[in-house]
Amino acid sequence: MASKIKYDAVKVGDETPTVTIANVARPDFVRYAGASGDFVPLHYDQTFVEAAGIPTVFAQGMWTAGCLSRCLTDYAGAGQVRRFKVRFARQVWPGDTLTCRGKVTGKSEKHGERLIEGEVEVINQKGEATVKGTFAVAAG
Amino acid sequence: MAIDKSIIGQTGKPFTVPIEWSKVREFARAIRDPNPLYFDPELAKKECGGIPVPPTFLQVAAFWMGEDSMPTANFDIRRILHGEQDFEFLKPIFVGDVLTGTSRIADVYEKAGGRGGKMTFMVTEIEYKNQKGETVAFARGTLVETAQAVSS
Repeated sequence: MASKIKYDAVKVGDETPTVTIANVARPDFVRYAGASGDFVPLHYDQTFVEAAGIPTVFAQGMWTAGCLSRCLTDYAGAGQVRRFKVRFARQVWPGDTLTCRGKVTGKSEKHGERLIEGEVEVINQKGEATVKGTFAVAAG
Repeated sequence: MAIDKSIIGQTGKPFTVPIEWSKVREFARAIRDPNPLYFDPELAKKECGGIPVPPTFLQVAAFWMGEDSMPTANFDIRRILHGEQDFEFLKPIFVGDVLTGTSRIADVYEKAGGRGGKMTFMVTEIEYKNQKGETVAFARGTLVETAQAVSS
């Protein structure tokens, strides 16, 4: 599939589509545990987390990163992502509402392919970054 | 406790990852992604040449990794955090592919932390090859063991 974006038309500072994840809830973590096979109990077992001194279960970092990856697949198309690197800065809790967004920081060529590079982040309802990352997607 | 640097370079037993449509759909639903390319094989075939996978889908490898495929430090599960994750894609991955992953401990190190005290980091790199023997992706993950349970 051709990329949804044209290399020559993309400018540094362009924004990717924004994805809003409203009302994060425990079933999101359970569903993701089942889908991914990540059964670390910190994400669904309230008894376990309380015993570990944590107030409540929280999201798998990779669940949040998966939500964030939609900015890239909505932007360039599924199958067009070449690099996606994320750093987990802060936990995501039940009740949070997340804004996933990204912007272009550069353009380059690698292995004969034209790439758009940029930064992405997930911001919670308090304005705090929970995940920060960088990306490269293929452009037509 | 001193960290054990001797585990750097340890490689796990290669494991097989069949890329199955049911898991791809389930994963897309779990990350609340309604993209029809994951749900409509006809559309996906026309637009992409096959059903693509979400960028973070290779996380499902955990399903197919036995313990002998996962070289690891003895971290305390109550105190671990996923610090970073890095995916690099070299070739397309489609439903129907059968990947082989090999996990390697790329680095282990310690850092003085903030609220969690001393922290130990382990970087694992998994190389994925497809059924043609082509390297399609690298997944590099950093796990952190904190000195005490962290809550924000």
